[in-house]
Amino acid sequence: MTDLARSGQRLGSLAGKLLLVGLVNALAVYGLVATYAVRDWGIFAVILVATAAVDYVYFSRRTLASRYLLPGLIFLLIFQVYVVIYTAYAGFTNVGDGHNLDKPRALQHILAVSEKRVPGSPPYKVQVLAGPDDRLHLLATGPDGRTTLDGRPATGVPADHRVLPFRDLVGRQQEVLALRVPLQDGSLRTEDGSTGYIAKPTLRYADDTLTDTVTGTVYRATERGYFESADGKVLTPGWKEVVGLDNYVRAFTDERLRAPLLSVFAWTFAFAALSVLTTFALGLLLALTLNREGLRGRGIYRSLLVLPYAVPSFLSALVWTGMLNQSFGFVNHGLLGGADIPWLNDATLAKVSVLLVNLWLGFPYMFLICTGALQAVPAEVNEAARIDGAGPWQLFRRVTLPLLLVSTGPLLVASFAFNFNNFTVIYFVTGGGPNIPDAPITLGSTDLLISAVYKVAFGGAGREWGFACAMSTIIFLVVAAISAAGFRRTRALEETYS
Amino acid sequence: MRRPALALGLVLLAAACGSQAPEQAQPPSPSASATSPAAKGEATTIVEPTDGPIKRAAAADLVIWADDTRSPIIQKIAEKFAADKGVKVAVQQLEFGDIRDNLVTQGPAGEGPDVVIGAHDWLGKLVTNGAVAPLELGDKLGQFKEVAIKAFSYDGQVYGLPYAIENIALFRNTELAPETPKSFDELMKVGLDLVKQKKATLPLALQVGPEGDPYHFFPIASSFGSGVFDVKADGGYDPAKLLIDNEGGLAFAKALDGWRKSKALSADVTYDIAKEAFNSGKAPFQLTGPWNTDDAVKAGIKLAVEPIPSAGGKPAAPFVGVQGFMISANAKNKLVANEFVLNYLGTPEVSKELYDSGKRPPAMTSVYEQVKSDPIIAGFAAAGDIGQPLPSIPAMDAVWTEYGHAERDILLGKGDPVKLMKQAATKIRDKIGD
Repeated sequence: MTDLARSGQRLGSLAGKLLLVGLVNALAVYGLVATYAVRDWGIFAVILVATAAVDYVYFSRRTLASRYLLPGLIFLLIFQVYVVIYTAYAGFTNVGDGHNLDKPRALQHILAVSEKRVPGSPPYKVQVLAGPDDRLHLLATGPDGRTTLDGRPATGVPADHRVLPFRDLVGRQQEVLALRVPLQDGSLRTEDGSTGYIAKPTLRYADDTLTDTVTGTVYRATERGYFESADGKVLTPGWKEVVGLDNYVRAFTDERLRAPLLSVFAWTFAFAALSVLTTFALGLLLALTLNREGLRGRGIYRSLLVLPYAVPSFLSALVWTGMLNQSFGFVNHGLLGGADIPWLNDATLAKVSVLLVNLWLGFPYMFLICTGALQAVPAEVNEAARIDGAGPWQLFRRVTLPLLLVSTGPLLVASFAFNFNNFTVIYFVTGGGPNIPDAPITLGSTDLLISAVYKVAFGGAGREWGFACAMSTIIFLVVAAISAAGFRRTRALEETYS
Repeated sequence: MRRPALALGLVLLAAACGSQAPEQAQPPSPSASATSPAAKGEATTIVEPTDGPIKRAAAADLVIWADDTRSPIIQKIAEKFAADKGVKVAVQQLEFGDIRDNLVTQGPAGEGPDVVIGAHDWLGKLVTNGAVAPLELGDKLGQFKEVAIKAFSYDGQVYGLPYAIENIALFRNTELAPETPKSFDELMKVGLDLVKQKKATLPLALQVGPEGDPYHFFPIASSFGSGVFDVKADGGYDPAKLLIDNEGGLAFAKALDGWRKSKALSADVTYDIAKEAFNSGKAPFQLTGPWNTDDAVKAGIKLAVEPIPSAGGKPAAPFVGVQGFMISANAKNKLVANEFVLNYLGTPEVSKELYDSGKRPPAMTSVYEQVKSDPIIAGFAAAGDIGQPLPSIPAMDAVWTEYGHAERDILLGKGDPVKLMKQAATKIRDKIGD
């Protein structure tokens, strides 16, 4: 290649790079303007830092390796690391039903709701007037026909005031809603601009306490995120509050949770391990069978086998639930000629059933990766082994399988981690059931850790996001530890066989 | 209570095109107010995708969230409101169930609506999260059925304008079962005889499903004198007084066990199986609600809707659900919202139009009087007249699962019915006590 051609090519690639990075920067500027407009400083900072990193890495001469890693790294940080950290943080708060607002907002809402119409007080016809200084006034006509302006007797609209039409009220509705005219033993207010009622607040706020004006009960702000009276009565809504380690402590010390969650952990482990084992065994068997050269219709078989993988898993799961129904399902009625097998109603059989359904859902994936890996095993290796006198079983056991495991090992670990948290299959096939009536918490025989936590956190009186986040973080740590150990094992395999 | 899924991600810009049209030159009018420009009102409907959080429609004076069956009517009323008042209205169409959760999460974030259509049993969640504002119905209070107002009351305040009442009743296939059964035993006998004669596959289509179904079993339980929560002095439910394992509740548990043995009820019946059996003429009776009327009639079933016969001697009271309009506590335009809900939606004409589209018994007494000549509506109302509002307190969340499991486990024959019911009650008390 001539120098001219080479420099021309370099120029072309530079232009391409400028265009791409320019596009990224243009998008970033748009993002910055948009986030600035809504004052979202967190996202603003993230965009700023990410764009600076992109510009530096792609224009500096010393960062060749980072050019390949950076896009993946940015997505990893945003979609994985950030999510995990945020979940762990939420585990330190009480966020959930009743604790969705911040404190000022919760207080504002409690006070607004506490202003109640005086029982039995009549409705007033009201008009909102604007005075000469453009301040708002309330002209009210009671049921007795007497008219008042801001509480003082009046005969009608004064000459220097004018009635505001509805369209103008819309623009000034905060002012209209805030109008209070002392009348009788409360104050007149209007919420629609045409009818008014006499209302009276029943709570008074001072020094971070709320006092009931009728009963005298005092509600103090507590670290539980509620206004709470001495006898434990709370005012809703509460607010978000950092509760420290409470959620994590509860996960380990609550007597009712400990024993059930331990047995659930054992089943979760067994479910994940057996799911990987069965799907891998079936996938490998089919891959080996269909790997034979000269098999007629190989393409058709392979396409057919991938079909279960192509249907959304929750749909397949729902279909399976219907088919496994004891009295009306296709399996008992159609396949087994009127058998009465409690597929999903018996504790042990339900476990077998979810494993079978998961086998159906999972084997095409294993079939695909094994087919790919088999084709990567060099033919010479097999031939050499055969010349050395290895039989078909020995060939598979000593040569093919170890070589397969080198490339599929990491995927098996990933599959284990995925099945450990396979909420979809459990939720749609059995819902965790059949129920265990003797368990101290709501729990079913096929519940995995993740679905058991879902039931504990969301099955009580209200959803406890904070507790759910704490439990998820613990599960994340468990899965991460198991996966790390698994990856170490596969690395050892790699070193032996490569 | 299921509703067909919406077409995903579809965005209709139905009336939005109107806003693109150039403003017509208006002749100067001496009557126009000096300060108010002659604003042109308009109303648009936006169909929202079913996944992800909903964002408030921008640049509207009033935003309403409604589901697909109600949004066309609301759009019509919104058009009139917009024209009368010169304001911009946006109707955002959501999946019914998504309205509640989005109101809680999106409201405080400033992306919530001003008005929603919803069910009264959301109130516990909405009030504890500070998501809805009280509504002063004033003189209108007396125009609604008492049970509807009671349902929309929470801690002594009214939170919604009710429009429809919903409860289950007995569906009877008059070809299979020509006579109204006088008692639940008689109903079961008629049903079982038909099964024996191979004229039916289910004596009574009553859904249980994988989690049990306390909503559909409640009329039977209440006829034994059981209930979910006792009532406090102010008329609200008391979460500290659970009734599912009272004397009547245990008698109900034993009765369930009896129906299991006589094969009158099966835990394997799901919503789909129950509906299919009744609508194909393979079950003489079904306990279900107005959401199934159309399909049963379309399937050619000669349908009678009647009060549920008593199994335990006391009236079989179904849960009554009330639907209505609520105003968000985080409404950007509360004044407009109040005006719209009270003076436009809260009229007999609108109530009638909503009735015509959904055929749920109207909550407004005067409108109910107009439509009660329809025997199906009258049947639902007769069944619901002895009903009690579905508890809306948050503690109810803890009841559903365990109460359902107890019923299902008894029907599966998993042990002593009395013990199973008591175990469930213990777990529920535990959860509420937390």
